[in-house]
Amino acid sequence: MKNIRNFCIIAHIDHGKSTLADRLLEYTNTVTNREMQAQLLDNMDLERERGITIKSHAIQMDYILAGEKYTLNLIDTPGHVDFSYEVSRSIAACEGALLLIDASQGIEAQTISNLYLAINHDLIIIPVLNKIDLPGAMPEEVKDQIVDLIGCDRDEIIHASGKEGIGVPDILEAIVHRIPAPKGDPDAPLQALIFDSVFNSYRGIEVIFRIKNGSVRKGDKVKFMATGREYQADEIGTLRLQQQPKDVVECGDVGYLISGIKVAREVKVGDTFTHTNRPSTAMIRGFEEVKPMVFAGIYPVDTSEYEELREAMEKLQLNDASLVWEPETSAALGFGFRCGFLGMLHMEIIQERLEREFDMTVITTVPSVQFRVTTTRGENLKVSAPSEMPEPNFISVIEEPFINAQIISKSEYVGAIMTLCMEKRGMLKNQIYLTSDRVELQFSMPLAEVVFDFFDRLKTISRGYASLDYELTGYEASDMVKLDVMLNGDRVDALSAIVHRTKAYEWGKKLCEKLRELIPRQMFEIAIQAAIGQKIIARETVKAMRKDVLAKCYGGDISRKRKLLEKQKKGKKRMRQVGNVEIPQEAFMAVLKIS
Amino acid sequence: MIRELKLQRDYLPSDDLHTIYFGGGTPSLLSEKELAFLMDAIKKQFHLKPDAEITLEANPDDLTEDTLATLADQGINRLSIGIQTFHDPHLRFMNRLHTASEAEESVRRAQDAGITNISVDLIYAIPAENDDILLSDIEKALALGVEHISAYCLTVEPKTAFGNWTKTGKMAPIEDEFAARQFEVLISKLQEGGFEQYEISNFARNQKYSRHNSAYWQRRPYLGVGPSAHSYNGASRQYNVSNNAKYLESIKNRVLPITVEILSMEDQVNEYLLTGLRTKWGCRLELLQELSGGSFLMKTGEEIFRLNEIGWLHSRDGLLLLTEKGKLFADQVASRLFLEQTKKG
Ligand SMILES: Nc1nc2c(ncn2[C@@H]2O[C@H](COP(=O)(O)OP(=O)(O)O)[C@@H](O)[C@H]2O)c(=O)[nH]1
Ligand SMILES: [Mg+2]
Repeated sequence: MKNIRNFCIIAHIDHGKSTLADRLLEYTNTVTNREMQAQLLDNMDLERERGITIKSHAIQMDYILAGEKYTLNLIDTPGHVDFSYEVSRSIAACEGALLLIDASQGIEAQTISNLYLAINHDLIIIPVLNKIDLPGAMPEEVKDQIVDLIGCDRDEIIHASGKEGIGVPDILEAIVHRIPAPKGDPDAPLQALIFDSVFNSYRGIEVIFRIKNGSVRKGDKVKFMATGREYQADEIGTLRLQQQPKDVVECGDVGYLISGIKVAREVKVGDTFTHTNRPSTAMIRGFEEVKPMVFAGIYPVDTSEYEELREAMEKLQLNDASLVWEPETSAALGFGFRCGFLGMLHMEIIQERLEREFDMTVITTVPSVQFRVTTTRGENLKVSAPSEMPEPNFISVIEEPFINAQIISKSEYVGAIMTLCMEKRGMLKNQIYLTSDRVELQFSMPLAEVVFDFFDRLKTISRGYASLDYELTGYEASDMVKLDVMLNGDRVDALSAIVHRTKAYEWGKKLCEKLRELIPRQMFEIAIQAAIGQKIIARETVKAMRKDVLAKCYGGDISRKRKLLEKQKKGKKRMRQVGNVEIPQEAFMAVLKIS
Repeated sequence: MIRELKLQRDYLPSDDLHTIYFGGGTPSLLSEKELAFLMDAIKKQFHLKPDAEITLEANPDDLTEDTLATLADQGINRLSIGIQTFHDPHLRFMNRLHTASEAEESVRRAQDAGITNISVDLIYAIPAENDDILLSDIEKALALGVEHISAYCLTVEPKTAFGNWTKTGKMAPIEDEFAARQFEVLISKLQEGGFEQYEISNFARNQKYSRHNSAYWQRRPYLGVGPSAHSYNGASRQYNVSNNAKYLESIKNRVLPITVEILSMEDQVNEYLLTGLRTKWGCRLELLQELSGGSFLMKTGEEIFRLNEIGWLHSRDGLLLLTEKGKLFADQVASRLFLEQTKKG
């Protein structure tokens, strides 16, 4: 155990985590050149394209220093705020962390929040100044920031370039020398922290764990403490480029477990497993059930594909434990699913995976957070869809989730950021100058406001410089209303949204305008109305179609024209009918584009 | 083409020819000899009815006295003249070679040459501030004493001059509102002038319908000869390759350069709806039932009811007919009644 080192890399997106990880793996001969794919750790296509590591994994390296052989476990962490709970569990599996900062960019918000997580878990921090090869590198300035942030000595900061391979031996040495070996009692009852799970379609769920106390042998009976489920350890081992089956995984080490688990949901990240016949009395601290933060309906574009969509959702759930859903029906969209996501990125990922892996085209309805509603009769309801919102006269209080948002930016953009946050109902809580031209701003904001295009706009107004991190702080009473859309007097449930009263008017107006653009002229005039309860707050009209006839139809035109009309008719079949109005699918997405 | 005629002589179910149409391009450029050759060949391979309608498509500037005399000699008894408009700026706008006065003169010359069954093409919805130019176009056409008028809405297709102009903002897109209004003006003025709208784009006086075109709309067999010509024999459609060189090469080797398309039951119903509804003769319900194996009314009854309710379609004497209002929505009505393709083998 004294030769094991468990560490992770804390870095902002694009600061070079994946590239550096590749260098470490090469240097320690964990991968040969032939096996080397660029950015090995990000092995889902989606992740590689996005340049973010969505699911965490771990990989083991052997490293020889001064004749002594060390086992280094690099634990990869997701890089997005949607997955911050998973990050916290990965951090809990380590004794140390490389703090990787791009020498041309400086410190970003996501880095700081993860760094604090690491410090709270008593991890040793090794500061690394990366990309020093860049002409735009500002080593001295960024070193000032690092010293300010973690209070280290300047000379503790390692200069590196993942791209050029600079600093790699120094980093490996620092890992051995500065990060302590795991502490733990090899003879105590087994306590293993589950910090990740990976879906394998042949072998079921692979549980990734770190042993805190005791050890586990192949064939052992184990018990997952939070779920109470028991399994047999059919296969255990350590994680190299390929899995390496072992007879035993020792105290302090990182490994995988396969025990015939088929569904990701059975495995809860943060749970502890122990031996059935000699159980530990306590779980490892910090376990939480992950809760979805954002909810939206997902419907097949083609109503006949509902069953296919269900199968796709079931398959997704096999490997994504944080995706929750239940069937839902909409008058406008037919049969579909109400889904809960960790955040907006998670929602986008699910949507993209449905499209890429399952070839499904789906309509996603307006995302909503979960509100708490107290009715006049004193009931407490959780409302995460407009359709669940009681009529206004039955509502006594609505509370909505609030977050503490940290934004780090160049100081020249502070004005624009303040304006944006205020528009988003944010309250400035704190403003700290990290250096003369870098500011950290803290706002208290409703989560609902961050769900809609906040991040994109923040990036735009700060020319990409601002970074964002947030955590949930609690619920506060808010004046929310349900805004409905009616077409020729018929409510279109899938277009309703829960919005703040002060924004309802503008929301309604913009939505009506957008719908007017997207709904084609039909046989009769269509009135588009936005309403709160019975009160109409905005209105637009789609005029009746004036003509639909082509000029010529002679011998050579007939079959071409028939095919054209047949094709148009097919396209129309994909439209949804509400009352007598036909709505194209883009109209349902329009809501997402309102800002 | 004479060679193709020989290859195709058995295509039609009957040898009797009721109509001939020289069209597609500028057949008025044919020399006397060429035209004579063609007519001879046709008469040799088929039986041309003595009262056959023989139409030739022509541009006004091609119709010289000499040409007209030749045409009359060869038995051409109907002319379809591409006049488009009598407004010179609009003619230039559409890149036409003739002027308004040349157009008028060509009609008079034809009449003098003894070809009195004349159709002129007009284009409406050419961008204009009001309907004045259209009204004057109609007046002039009526004053010429022609028997038949075909009127087409200006279309803006992508990859044409107009398409580019609208794309670059040089020309405003044609508003449906404007086009629809002009269409209505056209119908009412021509009716006042004694013309009957017997098909969406076709108007005739004294029942001088285009017998040839009517055949297209009434499911009669026809044979098209020449590059990209289409033919129909009741069960299938076929068309020649459009590339001239490929056409010539293939015919030289006595091979028909055709693509054949077998029409499914639904195709036949849909094509009948598409063409029949546009005419004053409408679609015969009995035939629709027959073509659909008895399923048409069951499948479309509800839609027919709906279309009737909004006043676009009515049925009388076993016919489905567009209403005056429905004429503006002919495509919409037809496609709403289309039968869905069951799987094609
Ligand atoms: N110049 C330079 N570029 C680097 C270095 N490390 C990574 N990059 C580039 O920075 C981008 C992001 O790198 P990546 O490793 O994917 O970052 P990650 O998002 O933190 O995993 C890529 O285009 C890399 O090629 C470095 O040391 N120097
Ligand atoms: Mg990466």
